Amino acid sequence: MEPIIALEDVSFTYKINEDSSVPVLKNVSFSIYPGEYVAIIGHNGSGKSTLSKHFNGLLTPSSGDVWVQGHNTKDESKKLDIRKTVGMVFQHPDNQIVATIVEEDVAFGLENIGVPRAEMKHRIDEALEVVKMSEFRKRPPHHLSGGQKQRVAIAGVLAMQPDCIVFDESTSMLDTFGRNEVLQAIRKMNKMGMTIITVTHRMSEAAEAGRIIVVEDGKIVMDGNPREIFKHKQVLMDLQLDVPAVSQMADIVHSQIPMFSKELIQEDELINEVNRVSKARSGEMV
Amino acid sequence: MPGQPVIEIENLYHTYMKGTPMEHTALKGTSMVVNEGECIAIIGHTGSGKSTLIQHFNGLIRPISGKVIIDGVDLSKKRIDIKALRRKVGLVFQNPEDQIFEKLIGDDIAYGPFKLGLPLKEVRERVKWAMDMVGLNFEEMKDRQTFALSGGQKRKVALAGILALQPKILVLDEPTAGLDPRSRNEVLDKIKFLNKMENLTVIFVSHNMEEVAYLADRVYVMANGSDVLSGTPEEIFTDKEKLQRYQIGTPETVQALYRLKDLGYNVDTAAFTISEAANEIIKVLANGEGENHG
Repeated sequence: MEPIIALEDVSFTYKINEDSSVPVLKNVSFSIYPGEYVAIIGHNGSGKSTLSKHFNGLLTPSSGDVWVQGHNTKDESKKLDIRKTVGMVFQHPDNQIVATIVEEDVAFGLENIGVPRAEMKHRIDEALEVVKMSEFRKRPPHHLSGGQKQRVAIAGVLAMQPDCIVFDESTSMLDTFGRNEVLQAIRKMNKMGMTIITVTHRMSEAAEAGRIIVVEDGKIVMDGNPREIFKHKQVLMDLQLDVPAVSQMADIVHSQIPMFSKELIQEDELINEVNRVSKARSGEMV
Repeated sequence: MPGQPVIEIENLYHTYMKGTPMEHTALKGTSMVVNEGECIAIIGHTGSGKSTLIQHFNGLIRPISGKVIIDGVDLSKKRIDIKALRRKVGLVFQNPEDQIFEKLIGDDIAYGPFKLGLPLKEVRERVKWAMDMVGLNFEEMKDRQTFALSGGQKRKVALAGILALQPKILVLDEPTAGLDPRSRNEVLDKIKFLNKMENLTVIFVSHNMEEVAYLADRVYVMANGSDVLSGTPEEIFTDKEKLQRYQIGTPETVQALYRLKDLGYNVDTAAFTISEAANEIIKVLANGEGENHG
């Protein structure tokens, strides 16, 4: 299978002035394949946000190449194709809302790429439905709360029907219910075949992905499935990261009840393990 | 122990763009009392009026109808000393970028104290103290450029800038959103320290139930523009009917315990911390209380 996004020896340096510059990414190479659900984690300042801005050419490498469905992000003539392929949702919704009415904001991108009127309405309806913002469609976005604005921004990207969406800490401003709604939408989109890349500080969110990439000091230091990654608690802690609450709970239970698995990362697994161990133990007692 | 009320909100209403087709009522009769030295969390679904409410605390929004009394000053009066109010109530917004405008970190944090007309020596001391409070090394960081900072560092700089004004009341809108786990814990510990050791009154808006459980003495729940529920985190997180009615999230630990409880396990859902929650599981497994289920 061809990768949807491929990074080849990518380095990126922010230039402060003639004499000084800050290297942010250092010789990064990896590929993301269609249908993958990838979480990128790393502490504030590790370079993960800069990395995510390379996925659709918002930033281009100082050296090395980024390929999106075979197009080099440095190729100006392919910029529109690349943006259509990879959509981005950012942390601060204020920076990505442009219109004065919610539905017009969602329509904005569609108008730019010349989607016919009827099709446009259909896409807007669907996108607002996924993020549960249909009842707000006639509201001015600046009176919405942060979480509502974020869902409007997500709808705007969704309506463009990209192959891949990059969520750059997009749930960090949402409440538990808002976050769960967005996560459900993400799972749904991923099941439908969309490639998902999420940059997050919430370990339980990273645990939902099929693959986790850990960034530190502009380099990839770990790349694997969540279960493997979260086994390395101390390494993660040293990188200012953590493991999900569920894993920490499982670890403590395991220390008292050895048959209780400590390698749990999702809430469902914790519930199942309690059921399993409970049954086994009540069996012993009978 | 909490002292006298420092914030009293009574039956507060606020309507945006009144008299236009876009009219939108964000607050519909909210009431609230915050006592000196307390740490209060304001939670609520998106759009419940939290941000509108806290902008009343330092006079960014003036009360249209209802009462706002801050440290004895009634803000519905026409003539109030707004400068004194802003000095008393420090507000840290959600987006730290919006609050940083100087080139160098030290200058940015010093801006407020300078504006107060403090002598240079005291400004320097306050900047040093404020940076220390948020875990930024003064000597190492004061001459760093602000634009090259990461989100977490910007949050700390914005917080230090407010602390340098030495407010009596600190109001934070989503204090840890966007921070990595360690920075988050650091900022939370600093807030807790300021509240408990420096007796700063803290009010914070949060969607993060872990931090609500960790920090708050009391919680106000907002829904549709008014306060619908208040109590200690224990009271709030154990009232399942209300959690559902107002769609209040719980910490991940409590969420898992509720699912176990629904399955018939005899767990206490007031166990917030990781170790308390784990102990609840150990307890039911050790006692064989799981027999009740299935």
